[in-house]
Amino acid sequence: MATWTWFHRLGSPPHVYAFAQRWAKWFGAAAALSMLVAVYGGLVLAPPDYQQKDAFRIVYVHAPAAWLSLMIYTTMAVSAAVALVWRMKVAHAAAAACAPVGAWFTVVALGTGMLWGKPMWGAYWVWDPRLTSELVLLFLYFGYMGLRAGIEDPVKADKASAVLAVVGVVNVPIIKFSVEWWNSLHQTATVMQLGKPTMDSRMLWPLLLMFLAFALYFIAVLLTRLRAELLRRERNASWVREAVGAA
Amino acid sequence: MTTPRTSALDAARLVALRDLRLAFRKPSQLLQPLVFFMIVATLFPLSLTPEMSRLRDAAPGVLWVGALLSSLLALEFLFREDAQDGTLEQFALSGQSLTGMLFAKTCTHWLLTGLPLALIAPVAAGALGVPGDAMPGVIASLALGSFAMSLVGAVGAGLTLGARRGGVLLSLLTLPLAVPILIFGARATELAIGGGNIAPPLYLLGAIAVLGLTLAPLAAAAAVRIGLE
Amino acid sequence: MLKVAGLQLWRGDRHVLRGLSFEGDPGQCVLLTGRNGAGKTSLIRVIAGLLDAEEGEVSWRGAPVRTNRQEFHSALAYLGHEPPLKGDLTGHENLRFSTGIRRPVGTIEIDAALTRTGAFAFADRPVRTLSAGQKRRVALAGVLLTRTVLWLLDEPTTNLDADGQQLVAELIGEHLGRNGLVVAAVHHPLPLPAANVVPIELGAAG
Repeated sequence: MATWTWFHRLGSPPHVYAFAQRWAKWFGAAAALSMLVAVYGGLVLAPPDYQQKDAFRIVYVHAPAAWLSLMIYTTMAVSAAVALVWRMKVAHAAAAACAPVGAWFTVVALGTGMLWGKPMWGAYWVWDPRLTSELVLLFLYFGYMGLRAGIEDPVKADKASAVLAVVGVVNVPIIKFSVEWWNSLHQTATVMQLGKPTMDSRMLWPLLLMFLAFALYFIAVLLTRLRAELLRRERNASWVREAVGAA
Repeated sequence: MTTPRTSALDAARLVALRDLRLAFRKPSQLLQPLVFFMIVATLFPLSLTPEMSRLRDAAPGVLWVGALLSSLLALEFLFREDAQDGTLEQFALSGQSLTGMLFAKTCTHWLLTGLPLALIAPVAAGALGVPGDAMPGVIASLALGSFAMSLVGAVGAGLTLGARRGGVLLSLLTLPLAVPILIFGARATELAIGGGNIAPPLYLLGAIAVLGLTLAPLAAAAAVRIGLE
Repeated sequence: MLKVAGLQLWRGDRHVLRGLSFEGDPGQCVLLTGRNGAGKTSLIRVIAGLLDAEEGEVSWRGAPVRTNRQEFHSALAYLGHEPPLKGDLTGHENLRFSTGIRRPVGTIEIDAALTRTGAFAFADRPVRTLSAGQKRRVALAGVLLTRTVLWLLDEPTTNLDADGQQLVAELIGEHLGRNGLVVAAVHHPLPLPAANVVPIELGAAG
């Protein structure tokens, strides 16, 4: 039953708070380190692309950011589902903490996508299926955060946004499919797609490392935000007084 | 002493009949979304061009954006009044499946708003230069699409019960989720206008409607229960 | 028959219910008293299952309500602050619907209930044309018609004149006589035999 104890600890605010307090900085340090290595690998070590020359290097930020934006939405939805099924306050707090981080990663993905588009196609915005899906994902994040903000009672806000997150995550693959389908219908001769150049291993490893760096960064930020969320939600509980008093 | 219980099917039927009766006592409320649709359809030529050939190209987009916005307006009526006068609460307390009753409400709502919209769409479509033989395709795509939209919208309507500025929030929540409906539906309408085979996008739209049928009423019931707390 | 154990409820920051426990048996009326905001409405809503308590349990006939919501709901009738009636339907139509979704019911039975609560005279007018007291009389007929064992009443005498308040006491008394169970939140005590009353005061210390 060791796993069950672990699961119960996961649901206990003071335990999670203590964990987050201890580990956030280590994740942050690991993130910074891997980011430095990845940036060096991507900007210096990786050779220029045959077609895109140096402009392709923005993929080292664009692609990991896009992957994270999706991963965070999924994490948010899984937290929300756990919160609804097992009635875990901590899971609601985690979902709430995820949302702004995920939204920012989406903005970064869109922004870097636009910066990439300019030298490639001469336009800041193209209706590339991936960019378009990212935009719809941003709207989904805004909807989630808007719903939370629009409901007064915190318990209701938690539960309602949890349902929305679960509904949203089911829709995300459908939305991606439909946007790909839409884009393929109107394929023009010049492929208006921010296609990743074919990568050899010297180009690939910084990309994967950057993804890891962003993921570690996300965990660090999530743990920090989670601490703040837990303090705010449990402000009347005795463990908070002890934890804050001790700090 | 046990009293006989009404079956779930009968309960759903009673809900549908009640909503129909209520709607016909306030018929002006039914017209509003339709008038809105016509106004939106009129705004496009005014903002673009009176040239029929260009309007015909834009017609699928105009019809569908108008239909989506109009159904968002109509979704306001789905649960709000029942939530305000306490009858929605009684649904949850009736001992009958809330999912089934809300599904009956959603279907009735579509019969009163989405289906009429699909049926008057040819008027707007004609004004946008759409040829007569495309009309059955236009009606079919809008009917199926508005049904899917009602299902998805019911979830949003349940979630925004009692939220501040619920109407705007409802749009913000529902429109991203409606993107697949819009894409497949507009493509079907476009093919209908161009004389092509509308079956593929219509099947895809149907698949979404079926998925919505299985999942949306459950989500809507969960949302309503949360909203009633 | 109805058991409430260790209920803890927070509404935002307010600790509304602090470990509340009580039991109600057939023929008893649990009378909830307390100042405004003490949690009477919240408690009734928790029992009804509309609201989830953070801790504690509500049991019906020995089984936790959480395990069989629908069975529990078919055994109870809930009347809140606002009579749950559609304004555009007549009283009669409203009751035909609200009872019909629970059990088959005929016009004669509906008329009998309306007569008992003194609402027969205006039962064929749209509910929005009725006064608050009249609406409440229609709603009370609705409670009668459910033929459920448990009645959850939140301030049932609101908007009623002296005759109306007497009516509510009579209806509750008759229901207790049929071995029914009533949980009622009230501002003033109801004229009921003390032997049948379980008084619970909310908002008192502890």
